Amino acid sequence: MKIGVLALQGDFAEHISMLKKIGVDTAEVRLPKHLDGLDGLIMPGGESTTIGKLAVAYDLMKPLQEFGKSKAMWGTCAGAIFLSKDIGRDQPLLGLMNIKVQRNAFGRQVDSFETDLEIEELKKATDTTHPYHAVFIRAPIIESVSGKAKILSQLEDGRIVAAQEGHLLATSFHPELTDDTRFHEYFISLAS
Amino acid sequence: MEAKTGTWTEKKGLAQMLKGGVIMDVVNAEQAKIAEDAGACAVMALERVPADIRADGGVARMSDPDMILRIIDAVTIPVMAKCRIGHFVEAQILESIGVDYIDESEVLTPADEEHHILKHNFKVPFVCGCRNIGEALRRIGEGAAMIRTKGEAGTGDVVEAVRHARSVIGAIKQIQNMDDEELMTFAKNNGAPYELIKEVKTLGRMPVVNFAAGGVATPADAALMMQLGVDGVFVGSGIFKSGDPAKRAAAIVKSVTHYQDASILAEVSKNLGEAMVGRNAAHMPEAEKLAVRGW
Repeated sequence: MKIGVLALQGDFAEHISMLKKIGVDTAEVRLPKHLDGLDGLIMPGGESTTIGKLAVAYDLMKPLQEFGKSKAMWGTCAGAIFLSKDIGRDQPLLGLMNIKVQRNAFGRQVDSFETDLEIEELKKATDTTHPYHAVFIRAPIIESVSGKAKILSQLEDGRIVAAQEGHLLATSFHPELTDDTRFHEYFISLAS
Repeated sequence: MEAKTGTWTEKKGLAQMLKGGVIMDVVNAEQAKIAEDAGACAVMALERVPADIRADGGVARMSDPDMILRIIDAVTIPVMAKCRIGHFVEAQILESIGVDYIDESEVLTPADEEHHILKHNFKVPFVCGCRNIGEALRRIGEGAAMIRTKGEAGTGDVVEAVRHARSVIGAIKQIQNMDDEELMTFAKNNGAPYELIKEVKTLGRMPVVNFAAGGVATPADAALMMQLGVDGVFVGSGIFKSGDPAKRAAAIVKSVTHYQDASILAEVSKNLGEAMVGRNAAHMPEAEKLAVRGW
């Protein structure tokens, strides 16, 4: 099992250290050739406009779209924006997941927050019962899911913050900034 | 559980999102758009870039909030702004208008020559400059959630940025190799909080993200700083004081992503036009150096 992390910009090193913690081989992906031999790919937090522009500049858009057709992909925050079909504004998107996303949905940095989430699917998959502590940073929300995409987690007010469509996963928050490896374990189960 | 805002995780977390990126100085909404289109991961809103502050002389203060707000409206990426060292009221004003990060900066004229702002008192995160590990850890002790090595702003000469980055990164290696008994003496000699020295030893790095700043003018300069081991770069005067800002900005963004790939660095370095007119920083009189501000 070898999982790549898109290393164009953002907190890719944090994802790599989480994967190492659970004993998974990793690779940094900056160019199309770096996708060879990978079983899955994580797209980290960062600035989605920066990541999109660099993906276009180094011809990564088509190879990433091909990769995502058959292999597991997970986007956290900026990565989730990049995976989505629609964000209501013009910037490069992979369009792999049937989710509509709104950027910076909670306001500015002073409004960024941490909170506990009850994610039944995650608890079941990892055989645990405690809540998931989620870190949101200038976070997007998933406005709606369509097609085969399903909701994994919502805030108390109903806003969607995690979704899954088969082997594709999107979270508005940052599991890589916590010590809780359950989301990374869950992703590995999708890549297996 | 109640949602919690302004936590330490939130503050240093935003800096982690900026890693591997370029933060660009901009003086108006048009420049901010150019920076965003070139792939900047954040912009620093200020009235004059450091090269002009140097040339103009006089007292340099926080920028007009209206000008910062116009930049906030123009882009979707995070917007930072500078306050004077020790000027906590300027910081309160910047926090209230919604800037995403405050730079307590030596580029502006210090308001307090003995004390920095107690940054733990704020919900908004702060970045501060440093020349060495002691200065970095003092700032983190006061609540800075991100550090940048100072370099010498407004010169286009990377020599001081290299000096400061090597000093910080060299000290981290030194601390990692120390016996626990040696840490208190190191803390004393460097004027650094003991608990943070211990944390550096455990982590093998600084407890917060560390960018380079002050003199980066070319893609090769940016990649040099990345190879020395910083997490990203600030480019101040280097972009909008050059011949073709949009092209140079995009090239520096690419050079920070592909900092280890010399063939890509060669490609992005081609035909960038005039770099900013540099000023030799190594032989500058001490009194003209901005990096010596801060204590």
